[in-house]
Amino acid sequence: MTKGLMGALAVLVVAAGYARAQSDAGTLKGIEKYREALADDNPADLWEARGAELWSAKRGPKGAPLAQCDLGKGPGVVKGAYAELPRYFADADRVMDLETRLVHCMVTLQGFSPAEATRRPFGNGSNRSDFEALAAFVAAQSRGAKMSVSLDHPKERTAYLLGEQMFFYRGGPHDFACATCHGESNKRIRLQDLPNLTDTKDAQRAYTTWPAYRVSQGELRSMQWRLNDCFRQQRFPELKFASETSIALTMFLARNANGGVFSAPTIKR
Amino acid sequence: MQRKSTLALTALLAGCAAMTAGDYRDRAVQTMKADFNERGQAKLDRLDQDETQTLCSRTPADGAPDKEVAARIEKINHDSVRYPADGKLLGDWREGEKIAQSGVGKQFNDNPKAPAGGNCYACHQLSPQELSYGTIGPSLRNFGKIRGGGEAVQKYVYAKIYNPQAFTACSNMPRFGHNGILTEEQIRNVAALLLDPQSPVNR
Repeated sequence: MTKGLMGALAVLVVAAGYARAQSDAGTLKGIEKYREALADDNPADLWEARGAELWSAKRGPKGAPLAQCDLGKGPGVVKGAYAELPRYFADADRVMDLETRLVHCMVTLQGFSPAEATRRPFGNGSNRSDFEALAAFVAAQSRGAKMSVSLDHPKERTAYLLGEQMFFYRGGPHDFACATCHGESNKRIRLQDLPNLTDTKDAQRAYTTWPAYRVSQGELRSMQWRLNDCFRQQRFPELKFASETSIALTMFLARNANGGVFSAPTIKR
Repeated sequence: MQRKSTLALTALLAGCAAMTAGDYRDRAVQTMKADFNERGQAKLDRLDQDETQTLCSRTPADGAPDKEVAARIEKINHDSVRYPADGKLLGDWREGEKIAQSGVGKQFNDNPKAPAGGNCYACHQLSPQELSYGTIGPSLRNFGKIRGGGEAVQKYVYAKIYNPQAFTACSNMPRFGHNGILTEEQIRNVAALLLDPQSPVNR
């Protein structure tokens, strides 16, 4: 990893140096090289491995593993499950995304209370999050699968349409909506490309690359984290973990990415 | 007869079951209000929209606001613009450059007592020395060189930063003065960054 990252940093420094003399195209090429160099080794593997352990570890008051958790393709089936989430679950009579479903299984199979289960949604250094590890593990089992999120059930359709309204909802002191940054193609904020999440190609490219190991944070971050941090930058209050709003928005984004080949966990700046 | 009443019932049920775009919107707003926690300076009232925000929350199916709605938005926002009492519209472009670079302010993890930035470079090209600029808004390179720096231009620039929706309904740009993000003094400094002939934006 060190070698890959050092090389990547060198590319970035060189890119920054060249950029002064060169056009935007040169700058963007440098960033592209940096991203390629990063892809060599991905510390996300560490989260994925811990997630695999958590999946089969006997935990909670019932001393049971998560291994029989039904992520939508039958009890214990993880392969390809993430590429079909969120979805309607008859046993809960509601649409759930990965995190909501994991909480459901931690409560029903392992006997945790919902409060215990959701104690630490996001990790920070040595305070590690089980959800980020489990998200890395589950998502990795969908590598190569095509995004295939259903709107067949009326509640799936409702979640999507609610998510759409939320995506365009402007509020806060800056009047920002998700769409302010993610509603048009070929835009950037500073030098960061912004995916247009209403466009199929862009939505596919964005959604299929989360979770990601963030070099700048030294953490693996899930789509849930991405939503939370977008709302922070939107100057909104804090989005509740595994809330209806996060499920609806995830439904809107995931469905818009249908047909894209899932390739996370990835590595990002 | 039998068939007719069945049809009527089907229509009635469909009518009851079908939610309109407005229904989804109302439900989305209710749902969001239950799904956020206050944190730091970001209280739940940030989810309450003013009229402009409501009129500008539009899905692709809604399309752009029609002429009348756009005119209404521009009028209420134009009426909100407050110019400095002393009539001084330009400040120090060096301070303006700092404000244009800074993206802090109003986030739940920001210190509410520290001054906010304007984060202009997030969306606009300004000084040629700064290569890391965004493209959500138009390039403002040579802004003053192209438009001159007379009083009418100064007033326009001050008002545009204070409340861009006075001129462009549903603009993506924050209403920096109207919503209390930047102070009068800060807006003057950013206006100087755009208009001062000595500012790198115009050199």
